[in-house]
Amino acid sequence: MSQAAAERPPEIRKKPSFTLFSKKEKKTLLDPLWDDNPISVQVLGICSALAVTVQVNTALVMALGVIFVVCLSNVAVSLIRNWIPDSIRIIVYMVVIASLVIIVDEFLRAYLYNMSKMLSVFVGLIITNCIVMGRAEAFASKNPVWPSFLDGLGNTLGYSIILLIVATVREILGSGSFFGFKVVPESLYHIGYVNNGLMVLSPGAFIIMGLLIWAQRSISGYTEEG
Amino acid sequence: MGASHYLSLLVQSIFVQNILLVFFLGMCSFLACSKKLETALGLGVAVTFVLTVTVPVDWLVHEYFLKKGALAWAGFPDLDLSYLNFITFIAVIAAIVQIVEMVIDRFSASLYTALGVFLPLITVNCAILGGSLFMVERDYTFGESIVYGLGSGLGWFLAIVALASIREKIRYSDVPPGLRGLGLTFLITGLMAMAFMSFSGIKL
Repeated sequence: MSQAAAERPPEIRKKPSFTLFSKKEKKTLLDPLWDDNPISVQVLGICSALAVTVQVNTALVMALGVIFVVCLSNVAVSLIRNWIPDSIRIIVYMVVIASLVIIVDEFLRAYLYNMSKMLSVFVGLIITNCIVMGRAEAFASKNPVWPSFLDGLGNTLGYSIILLIVATVREILGSGSFFGFKVVPESLYHIGYVNNGLMVLSPGAFIIMGLLIWAQRSISGYTEEG
Repeated sequence: MGASHYLSLLVQSIFVQNILLVFFLGMCSFLACSKKLETALGLGVAVTFVLTVTVPVDWLVHEYFLKKGALAWAGFPDLDLSYLNFITFIAVIAAIVQIVEMVIDRFSASLYTALGVFLPLITVNCAILGGSLFMVERDYTFGESIVYGLGSGLGWFLAIVALASIREKIRYSDVPPGLRGLGLTFLITGLMAMAFMSFSGIKL
């Protein structure tokens, strides 16, 4: 390896690459979308994924909030990673994350008041969403700023995909609508179709999530012992 | 507001509004630590204990420092610090978990080794922060906040112990590869949540 590098002409070795994503960075961004999905493979951030998925629009707002918090907390943690003493790093992450979540919460209260009422405590619970802390500890504390940002973006996009799939299934089956618009035609109700009330309640969320994880893992080929 | 009111709140928070099966709080550690009954028991006890302590303490902090007009005693009658709720609660929780850890270490070495790594992890358990946030949202009194903390802790304890027992039973079952572990755990939890729904409507 080092021999090959030494044989190369020096000017090529020195030349920095100006592409936006190196191969490794692309992997950082794209892996969590499917093969290393934060919800179904890493098992991070399950709590909020289940609670806000009764409707697609709450799920979408939640997903955007989490994307904002994780990207910025990863960047912040990565910027100060060399100055944080190891023993108090968790508390430092907590302060960074909590401040970002307060921004999201105040923003929702100011511009989307109904949404913030519907999400109720779950906006605050982004603080304890394991995906934020998990990525800060596992990735951002060891990597430079740009890859950390990509890692945050990739992971939260993977999270959002699962969130939106679960919400779509639950809203269509549970309330017969999608984004608040009726999609199940009126004539179906006349011949006796009924919305599945279980989907709106918690067991529906658990079961849909279980089936989704089963499907995702069967396709991506990930299995776990026991 | 007699004893029956508190009893009703206790039953509500354990069974009807189970913090895990209805509000999905504390899922991460619920999934990760439910492989063995022993660890599930230890974690359940620790969570119950910490919830019972933190919810009333957070109530005091909210009532006397952060609520709108709460600082009137210090000469700031119009100050509303409730936007600091999140950051204060998480700090209070982290501090209490630390104190609990030290106290247990000092007085009961056997319990300390049993709980092990789970104690510090409780800080980031959403059930603890969720309990405090629900307490604020529902305007509980001090007495109610103690009962609510205890009740939701017991509810969490019940759920994780039940899941751990089921998972121990099915350890040698032949499960399709993709469903192994997480997927199956979710399906079991869904069925458990359905069973808990039969408690809804109970009023004392």
